[in-house]
Amino acid sequence: MRFRAKIVDLACLNHFSRVTGTIARLARSCALRLTAGKLFFILADRAAGGGAGLWCELCQGNYFDEFQMEGVAAEHNEIYLEVVPENLSRALKTAQNAKAFKIKLTNKHCPCLRVAVELTSLSNSSRIVTHDIPVAVIPRRLWNDFREPSVPDFDVSIYLPALKTMKSVVERMKNLSNSIVIEANLSGEMNLKIETAVVCVTTHFKDLGNPPWGKLDGCPSSSQVRDPESMAEARIDIKKLQQLLAGQQVNPTKALCNIVSKRIVHFVLLHEDVSLQYFIPALA
Amino acid sequence: RVLAEAVLHFAAGQAEVTLGAGTGDRIGLRSHVDDVAEPSKAMVTELWLGRDEFQAVAVAPGSRVTFCLKEFRALLSFAEASNLSLTIHYDTPGRPLVVTAEDTVLEVHLVLATLSDLESSSRPSQTNHVSHLAAPSDDDLESYMIALEAGADEGGSGVPPSPTFPLRTPRSAPSDPEEEEEEEEAAVPGTPPHKKFRSLFFGSVLTPGGAGPAPSQEVLAEDSDGEN
Repeated sequence: MRFRAKIVDLACLNHFSRVTGTIARLARSCALRLTAGKLFFILADRAAGGGAGLWCELCQGNYFDEFQMEGVAAEHNEIYLEVVPENLSRALKTAQNAKAFKIKLTNKHCPCLRVAVELTSLSNSSRIVTHDIPVAVIPRRLWNDFREPSVPDFDVSIYLPALKTMKSVVERMKNLSNSIVIEANLSGEMNLKIETAVVCVTTHFKDLGNPPWGKLDGCPSSSQVRDPESMAEARIDIKKLQQLLAGQQVNPTKALCNIVSKRIVHFVLLHEDVSLQYFIPALA
Repeated sequence: RVLAEAVLHFAAGQAEVTLGAGTGDRIGLRSHVDDVAEPSKAMVTELWLGRDEFQAVAVAPGSRVTFCLKEFRALLSFAEASNLSLTIHYDTPGRPLVVTAEDTVLEVHLVLATLSDLESSSRPSQTNHVSHLAAPSDDDLESYMIALEAGADEGGSGVPPSPTFPLRTPRSAPSDPEEEEEEEEAAVPGTPPHKKFRSLFFGSVLTPGGAGPAPSQEVLAEDSDGEN
């Protein structure tokens, strides 16, 4: 099992830094899956009641100048590691102006991702900072726990409003309530509602547009007979929603959510070279 | 400034850091992992500074001490803002590390305890070796305070690598960490050892009663409140 990779392009490095920063906000600990062409950050916490699920996929070619991976076995050419994304994000934070960023899987006393950042120091000499990030190798028998979650049989799918707007609304609502109701219909309308003993606040969004899932194979049949005005809703933990929105520093190319009434909300955020799916289960 | 930039790489919460002289004239900084916590879970950061990045270096190769990063960071930001050069004096693990800086209007001595080996907590070890973590640093503070009372010789300025503090055998029962803190923080008038310790951190050349900190026989820095 071997892994080593290198980034020299500053833009790619910053981009990767932003992705790990987002992941760090969403999960304390998650699985990092490495394949020949991709990296995945996976959180499969859904079994533990109330846990959110995360699936983030990056094409390594878009970030790394060098990428060598040899999996656990020839037929299973993949590596699954359990990692604390905050550590990776921290190592990247101080690498803003690095000349090179190298990452390698090592196993000295315990398995580690050794990150070496080459910087130019004040005196113009090259400084190398190394970070040893402890990881745990996830054995093959557990790989099934980390399969890509299938798109749920949703009732409504709708594009999200401008994330910045949504973020500021949710942030203010967070001060008033622990849970928030998201509802949306197939006419491009979405409401965010909170309700406390003292006050109810609703923010209405219109003309958002609904993604044309109908054109894809295997579209949920329920969407064809659904009344376009009828709202599908789910009450979710507001903190999880706020964490998702707070982590977005760059506007995604596409941002949408699928709501399964009273069960789960599935957020999909697509950037050019990274896709992020976040599942927030509905509260009882 | 070099140091200020270097410590940026360590996590904001990083408690302790090890400074050491490595091979090839390099000085290294490495985050120290507390044995008590899960050692396999902590991220370790390490970086090396070249000899030429310092104005002067005189260290024993392989020497290493571990001290608290938080206080050091505080002094670094002060020194950086005031454009002061810092001199670091250290000895074997367990003996204090002193950072000094000098300006036309002030002299700064920051004394930090360093972690020592459990076995050698009762006497200073003569060989330089890697410090294991186990002994809490309050043992060192205590020995240091006793040394002060006994009239330790500073002898540090201008004589690299470090000031020497002759140590007496410390008291047999190490004091409670909490107690230790209270002693440091409480202003206990008229109790000489505590007062002296409190005044270690900053000495002013304007202190009445004479000479600044450097050539004093008894204390590193005089009490700025002034016995006289």
